[in-house]
Amino acid sequence: MTVLESSNSTLPGAATYPTRMSSPRRRKASSRLRYSLTVALFLLPSALPLLFFTIVPMIAAFWISLHQWNLVGPMKWIGADNYARLITDPGTQGAFLHTVYYIVGYLPLVYIGGLGIALALNSRIKARGMLRGLYFLPVVTSWIVVALVWRWLLNPSTGIVNWLLSLVGIAGPGWWTDPAWSMPAIILASAWKDVGFVMVILLAGLQAVPEELYEAAKVDGAGPVRRLFSITLPMLSPSTFFVIVLSLINGFQVFDQVYAMTGGGPNNSSQVVVQQIYDLTFRYGRAGEASALSWLLFLFILVITLVQVRGQKKWVNYA
Amino acid sequence: MRKHRHLITLNILVALGALVMVFPFLWAFVTSISPGAGLSATPQLIPENPSLSAYAQLLERLPFAQIVLNSLVLAVLTTVFQLATSSLAAYVFSRMPFKGRNVVFAVYLATMMVPLQVLVVPLFVEMKTLGLIDTYLGVLLPGVASAFGVFLLRQAMNSIPTDLDQAATLDGAGHFRIFGLIVLPLVRPALATLTVFAFLNSWNSFLWPLIILRTPEMKTLPVALAGLQGQYTTQWDIVMAGSVVSVLPMLALYIFTQKYIIQGVAGTGLK
Repeated sequence: MTVLESSNSTLPGAATYPTRMSSPRRRKASSRLRYSLTVALFLLPSALPLLFFTIVPMIAAFWISLHQWNLVGPMKWIGADNYARLITDPGTQGAFLHTVYYIVGYLPLVYIGGLGIALALNSRIKARGMLRGLYFLPVVTSWIVVALVWRWLLNPSTGIVNWLLSLVGIAGPGWWTDPAWSMPAIILASAWKDVGFVMVILLAGLQAVPEELYEAAKVDGAGPVRRLFSITLPMLSPSTFFVIVLSLINGFQVFDQVYAMTGGGPNNSSQVVVQQIYDLTFRYGRAGEASALSWLLFLFILVITLVQVRGQKKWVNYA
Repeated sequence: MRKHRHLITLNILVALGALVMVFPFLWAFVTSISPGAGLSATPQLIPENPSLSAYAQLLERLPFAQIVLNSLVLAVLTTVFQLATSSLAAYVFSRMPFKGRNVVFAVYLATMMVPLQVLVVPLFVEMKTLGLIDTYLGVLLPGVASAFGVFLLRQAMNSIPTDLDQAATLDGAGHFRIFGLIVLPLVRPALATLTVFAFLNSWNSFLWPLIILRTPEMKTLPVALAGLQGQYTTQWDIVMAGSVVSVLPMLALYIFTQKYIIQGVAGTGLK
């Protein structure tokens, strides 16, 4: 505080003010300068990192995407060729398809699961706090740990899931070793990890629903199913909207679990967009193409999010 | 009577669900103390000859203490930096109006939308130019500021009435003193939420440390764990021992901070 004040009076700018300036005005100017300096001092520690590690790289990624580049050699300008190539490339199309497959499988599973648990925990049940904590535990666990544990649970020959299935006479699938089952394995593990997150969001929404609504509906003779569809779900629509927007944003960026569970395999059957970006950059040294794919992914997420924000008026009900 | 039976059914269902959530963790632990797990098709729910040999092997083949320390130091530093940078910026966005402030704030928020994956290539190049590949500073730098943290703390500061600041201003306190002595103590719950989020995010982060760190002794826990899997594909007891070791510190933190974490998450959905 004192350091700043004394340094202000010795700033060269302060000394060159015209002498006819009245002293209160000069004081005002110097206090305004001090105010600006304080603002700068408070903002720069976060503004500089965000500028240099988010905004500049963002723009640089676009610049790189217009070049052919292997990360070490010289860059060669090729305009939009990377984009044109990616759009027709079967590998990229496959990666987008698998990513969409992931979202389509994951979202209903995690939403219905989260809603069920939230409804159960919102009733007069014992040990609610502890149960809520247990359901939320996987959310805070590292994806790598979850992926390793699930790889073990879903081990085709010695995993416990297939052993349990065999007890009831079902021959378990090959999970992450079978191209047809690698995505379901990833979806299952992801839904298990995130269901507690969805539960907490929906539970917060449920607790904001006024009890009188249910009382009134009961008086009118509405059964539990009717109450769910006519009161609970409409009242939960803002929370549902939040879950869907977030799930789509995160879903298109799915990577850690894929990397650790299948690495995109077998036979590219679980290759997703971010895994493709990673492989293009660090396995094949095609940084230009990887940057172009990053930008396509970013635009894709942006458009989908905007469409949802636009469309929310039709079904989201902010009381 | 019927209602009572409903409640019992519900309790059983919820307990079963909780078992599904906890079982993978328990199973990882059981596997880690069962030498030779994964060699037979019939799992032993209770290990016949429990042993800690997998943990011993893990320590032998990986500089595990060093790796845990790496993760811990990086997570603590990230958290400290994020708390400092976010609270300072949040104070400006809440208490110090200036021309164009809304635009600056919008830019902050926009950076939250940019996925790390989009930045990977240029960030890698940037770090290479700065000579920060395979250094802790390279891992740390991109995470020292958090737009999410700024947003979270600004919300909290906005909910504090400004009467106190005004009184302090009359007493001659400047912004530094108002920030440190009045506003910060009042947003402690939000600071706690950010602490936990920042710590867990750093502790669990994978893609960026995977790209930056090369030296085995410098790797963080998730990166080292992911590498473990390739090395010992069939030695599930070792892989699970590694998982257990990396879950334990997080679990300890979680037990004590659960309330803040869940409240923080619930709060983000309500806005």
